[in-house]
Amino acid sequence: MKAPPFDYHRPQSLPEALALLRGADVRVLAGGQSLVPMLNFRLLAPAALVDINGLEELRGIAIEGGRLSFGAMARQREIERHAGLAQIAPIFAQAVREIGHRQTRNRGTIGGSLCHLDPSAELPMLCVLHDASLTIQSAGGSRRVAVHDFIQGAMSPGLEAGEMLTSIEMEAWPQGHAFAFLEHARRAGDYAMSSAACLLTFDGQGAIARAAICVGGLGDRPARLTHAEQSLLGARPDEQLFAQVAEEVERLPAEGSIHASAPFKRQIARTLVRRALTSACATMVTA
Amino acid sequence: MKQDLTLTVNGVSYTRAVEPRVNLGDFLRHDLGLTGTHFGCEHGICGACTVLVDGATLRSCLMFAVQAQGCEVTTVEGLSDAQGPLHPIQQAFRDQHALQCGFCTPGMLLTVVELLGENPDPSEAEVRDAISGNICRCTGYQPIVDAALQAARTLKGGTR
Repeated sequence: MKAPPFDYHRPQSLPEALALLRGADVRVLAGGQSLVPMLNFRLLAPAALVDINGLEELRGIAIEGGRLSFGAMARQREIERHAGLAQIAPIFAQAVREIGHRQTRNRGTIGGSLCHLDPSAELPMLCVLHDASLTIQSAGGSRRVAVHDFIQGAMSPGLEAGEMLTSIEMEAWPQGHAFAFLEHARRAGDYAMSSAACLLTFDGQGAIARAAICVGGLGDRPARLTHAEQSLLGARPDEQLFAQVAEEVERLPAEGSIHASAPFKRQIARTLVRRALTSACATMVTA
Repeated sequence: MKQDLTLTVNGVSYTRAVEPRVNLGDFLRHDLGLTGTHFGCEHGICGACTVLVDGATLRSCLMFAVQAQGCEVTTVEGLSDAQGPLHPIQQAFRDQHALQCGFCTPGMLLTVVELLGENPDPSEAEVRDAISGNICRCTGYQPIVDAALQAARTLKGGTR
């Protein structure tokens, strides 16, 4: 239960970090809340770690107009407590409170979560829900990639050797949009068996004008319910309709675990999608 | 290869040469002899090794000691002097019988320090949420929650 030996680098600037990443068998150390347990279990034994905790360039959460920009090293606890984010994209605080525990959220980062890619992870789900765009840098340059293309499966980020995720950008939904994030785990802070998130807007007549729905923990990556999103357009909030569109979960790939079979996970996800839609609409009524 | 590390623990500055793979908790226990920080699972699940680094709780099995370069660390030894009175949170744990074997206690105490620093008047539900990452296997959580609430009252200057 102790990490294997490795060379440790603590670069002082992003260019220095990117130069270090050109080395062979190098891993980036972000918050370390998944990487360090994997090292302690000897699931990984990299030659070197590049610790990016000292890089100011990767910090911070910026909100400009309706656009959100997260530095890769923005900590989960900062996201949870960010006043501006609570105004413009309140689903973030709601979802982040479900991640691990206070002690791990103090360290864990959005970039680390996206590069680890546990299929039930909350922040990758929110990125998929918002169609986020990621900036990836290497010593050779910079590129942008859609989160849908970046996520290539469980624990499989679309990163080449020498590349690092440096920031995450997305459009917030219009002020006053409805939202909900729900997940089910055996204990608070555990990995979710299934989770569901949704964003909704309404037209002047109270009909749904725009919808995004995402489930997590089911297959090897977060999945959008694209048919459900289409079916909701123009409809009025209705529990029966929500239950009906949630049936799309049955068509998504699901993998069972020791805690929940694939059919059980689908059943949970279906229920969570219905409840998330209902709960989001309830926030609108009280708003 | 060992690297030089300078950090402050409970107000005392230390400089040591340390292998990068040594985590902060093992460094505190073995290099500094501060064995109040306990190790349970060593992979970030049990919360026993919780310490404060620059005022924020973290699991000391999930941070390498070299990462604490220049940081201020607080362990359970930093809460009160061995000869002096207990910290109000420690006193509350004693009063409420919030420990039996004591293994989880250092992590619980530091988690409650952070909680009450941010939220001096937590509800019972907020206390339960805050300690959800600290596993206790003997006393049950009720006396621990009672102790945190007592400590909150004491620290606010009220009567018990």
